[in-house]
Amino acid sequence: MAKVMEGLRYSESHEYVRVEGNYGFVGITDYAQHALGNVVYVDMPEVGDEVTAGEEFGAVESVKAASDLISPVSGTVVGVNEALEDEPELVNKDAFENWIIKVELSDASELDALMDAKAYTDYTEKL
Amino acid sequence: MNNRLYGNLIFELSRKGRQGYTLPRNTYGSHTDELPASLRRQAALKLPECDELTVVRHYTNLSHDNFGVNDGFYPLGSCTMKYNPVIDEEIAALEAFAALHPLQPADTCQHALGLYYALQQSLAELTGMKEFTLNPCAGAHGELTGLMVIRAYHQSRGDEARTKVLIPDSAHGTNPASAAVCGLEVVEVKSGPDGLVDVADLERLISEQGPSIAAMMMTNPNTLGIFEHDIPLITQMVHRCGALMYYDGANLNPLLGVCRPGDMGFDVMHVNLHKTFSTPHGGGGPGSGPVGVREGLEPFLPTPRVVERAGTYSVETGDYEQSLGSVGCFFGNFGVMVRAYAYILSLGRENVRMVGPLATLNANYVKESLRDVYELPIGGLCKHEFVFDGLKDKSTGVTTMDVAKRLLDYGYHAPTIYFPLLFHESLMIEPTENESLDTLDAFIQVMRRIADEAKTDPERVKAAPLTTPIGRVDDVLAARQPVVTFKQMSHE
Amino acid sequence: MYKYFPHTEEDLQLMLRRVGVRSLDDLYADIPEAVRFRREYNLPEAMSEVELRQLFSEVSRSMQNAPLTVFAGAGVYDHYAPSVVQHIIGRSEFLTSYTPYQAEVSQGTLHYIFEYQSMMAELTGMDVSNASMYDGATATAEAALMAFASAKKADTVLLSGTLDPKVARVVETYAKYHGIRIGKVAARDGVTDREDLSRRLQAGGIAGVIVQAPNYYGIVEDFSGLSDEVHAQKALLVINSVAADLAVLKTPAEWGADIAVGDAQSLGIPMSFGGPGLGYMCCTEKLIRKMPGRIVGLTRDNRGQRAFVLTLQAREQHIRRQKATSNICSNQSLMALYVTVYMSLMGPKGLREAAELSYGGAHYLCEQLQQTGYFRPCYDQPYLNEFCMRYDGDVDALQAGCADEGFMAGVKLDEHTVMFAVTEKRTRDEIDDFVDTIKQIREEQA
Repeated sequence: MAKVMEGLRYSESHEYVRVEGNYGFVGITDYAQHALGNVVYVDMPEVGDEVTAGEEFGAVESVKAASDLISPVSGTVVGVNEALEDEPELVNKDAFENWIIKVELSDASELDALMDAKAYTDYTEKL
Repeated sequence: MNNRLYGNLIFELSRKGRQGYTLPRNTYGSHTDELPASLRRQAALKLPECDELTVVRHYTNLSHDNFGVNDGFYPLGSCTMKYNPVIDEEIAALEAFAALHPLQPADTCQHALGLYYALQQSLAELTGMKEFTLNPCAGAHGELTGLMVIRAYHQSRGDEARTKVLIPDSAHGTNPASAAVCGLEVVEVKSGPDGLVDVADLERLISEQGPSIAAMMMTNPNTLGIFEHDIPLITQMVHRCGALMYYDGANLNPLLGVCRPGDMGFDVMHVNLHKTFSTPHGGGGPGSGPVGVREGLEPFLPTPRVVERAGTYSVETGDYEQSLGSVGCFFGNFGVMVRAYAYILSLGRENVRMVGPLATLNANYVKESLRDVYELPIGGLCKHEFVFDGLKDKSTGVTTMDVAKRLLDYGYHAPTIYFPLLFHESLMIEPTENESLDTLDAFIQVMRRIADEAKTDPERVKAAPLTTPIGRVDDVLAARQPVVTFKQMSHE
Repeated sequence: MYKYFPHTEEDLQLMLRRVGVRSLDDLYADIPEAVRFRREYNLPEAMSEVELRQLFSEVSRSMQNAPLTVFAGAGVYDHYAPSVVQHIIGRSEFLTSYTPYQAEVSQGTLHYIFEYQSMMAELTGMDVSNASMYDGATATAEAALMAFASAKKADTVLLSGTLDPKVARVVETYAKYHGIRIGKVAARDGVTDREDLSRRLQAGGIAGVIVQAPNYYGIVEDFSGLSDEVHAQKALLVINSVAADLAVLKTPAEWGADIAVGDAQSLGIPMSFGGPGLGYMCCTEKLIRKMPGRIVGLTRDNRGQRAFVLTLQAREQHIRRQKATSNICSNQSLMALYVTVYMSLMGPKGLREAAELSYGGAHYLCEQLQQTGYFRPCYDQPYLNEFCMRYDGDVDALQAGCADEGFMAGVKLDEHTVMFAVTEKRTRDEIDDFVDTIKQIREEQA
């Protein structure tokens, strides 16, 4: 069964954001990594790029599937998880530990539109 | 039996100082060093150095690790793996075709231009279109060219707003990809429970987005092998909103002798010569994807064009004001056209018309003989192919992948698997008209045996293939750290 | 029935019964009558093999002076290919197979494509290669799409004015529909006008720059400093080359290219009226996941053996659909086999020797033509085996006259300019005969 972590915010396209101060760490959920299977590549933006809530910022690829990454928040990319360049399988090992991008949030109120852990659990159970 | 030594990479068989060629004596001397050093290659050229016999053995051994139509039944759905007549190879190899330069004066290549023209006309007759360009090199290349024709047409009328293409969710992946390369936005049309285009969904999309729709792309029969019998209504709806109908010719084979895309109301289409007209697939290419248009759309076809005037053929590259442009430098994969034309002449009008019915009969025969053990999600008559959704008994855990791999053990090529995406365990079978009842019966027997094995010895099926030169491969390893050259491999 | 249809009358009856229909026509009961095709095709009747052979041998005989002795190129070259190449190509295990989806029964194809990729990467000096594309022109257009997709905001691709105009037209066609702007860089004295190029680069918005080496006119241009200039604008440098020439010329990698593309017909593939040929595409490791087309990679099987497999498929149309890097879903696999077997036989030494012979022959022909007094070189620039000549007579009449004598006298560029090419296949005697023929034609005209 896929794990859901308390304290994070979730989107319907299975990204999470972990908020620390004015920064958000964005990754894909455990549910998403299960659905994808073995991740072979994570296509990430560059530091300095702008991301917009609801818009694509990269992609995660497995052998037989590819899934766009949709940003749950808007802001500026201030960090990318470089470890994923050589070891994309980290996403499979622990999706919540291995975030993909760190975003300086431009509009914290966007977080309200996202689901909490309970709502996301209910959401995935219905899928 | 595969020989291990010769089965190495050719780079590993290389020994410095060996050579596999002879060239005329050089009476000029070596002078490329007259070129300024800044323009010359500095890096060593590390290509293999091999004698002739080593090269012959190496590639002959490699061929033993391959499976072609000549080796056995190849029911790869959607790919129309027909027999590739040997006589067609003989004709294509004639120096009169193989040794022609594409820019030589037209009066020295009338036979080749004439062949291009005659094939173009034959395709027009077989499909109900007005005129064809044979320049596109493959099916996907044809799709792109055809969509360009459609955009050029709309632009010629000043109708710049048409930037969307309707594509059924069951379509080949190339359809949306070609649309995207052509700068068009894809709007997906749903399939109904019967596997056919949901006309109500189409109606909704047209009423919402009509003025922005450039075209609808369809293959008919569709990728489930089912004829879209609503096609007269669909073409009418699409035409009424001002858009054109594009026919993806990937599944044309079952319609030879039965009906023509032009008569169904399609405006633009492509044909895969490597499918319907039996030219060899060559391990993935070269193919040929001629594009046909109905009357009125000829001005938009690409250049160069082969034109006939009073029995004389010429090449025109000149400025056709409305032409979409060019999708290749010359006449496309001409060598493939020679084979296709020889095939059409061999069959003649009386045999061409039998192609569709016999291909359809073969497919239905296999379907009816296996539907008690394999899940047939959509019943009724299919055309050239059909799709099972895996084994009927799902309790064994044996998947479509396992069935496909087990077939390899029994000496068959696998069907197309996991396409179309409408079902989880798609297994798509296309036998073609060339297969005998005996071949089909033997295949049916093996498919039934595998279904039995799935119950009695599922682990064996999941471990398949056991008799092939290699076992199942690690796709994940290949994709995570791609090694795609010998040089990279040596660095490992 | 017909030789390709194995159905006997009994088979048909048995099969129809199993399917539950009475006739072949009933298999199409679901097709509305209004769209059924009920007449005979307007096509010839079936031809026996004897008749077919007769027809095509008559067709060949009708072609006078066939085949021509070719002194022309412009993208397609009359090179020598060892007999072994055609022999291997004819093996039906290669010829009649399809894309190697089932790796376990396709190691033959996958293995040679891996070798092909290795050889093309070596020849161009680039890190990686795809499994091949339709031809040099479409490979160049795909490179333009790749540059456009890699760029953040830039929307323009610059084409050198010395790029083969036929290739440029294909790139422009793709660009027009894909929404890429094209800038044409001027040519001066047969080479890229670097000042114009710099100016356009500095104006900004450039995603990629496409140049050709040797260029359309056969000139080996000096691209020193170009890659720095292009990269300073965060654009990609694409170099288009005739593959065989790279055995002796500075490689795209050495020029600092990001993408190397071109036609590899020059490596063992017959001219065949312009196709099928083979478009190659190689790039830096960094760009591999942006590269279109099939790619074969190394892996292991479950028995621990080395194996090859189609890889990085998540870029492709069957998974990504409209978001794929390209719509291409095949490669010119059999043509890649031509190239691979050819390079295996020729090796580094053979490719260089062929280039030396071509260079020697071309320069010899150029001298001989000048000595006739009717020709002078258009440019004073280094070239390998192709060059442009200014002719003081009627180019059409020259070409027609030569064709009557069995020669293809170059490619006409304009009313007074002809471009000639020579390969290792042209002997010194053929060159002498060709030049004598031209002299005779002129004498007769006079």
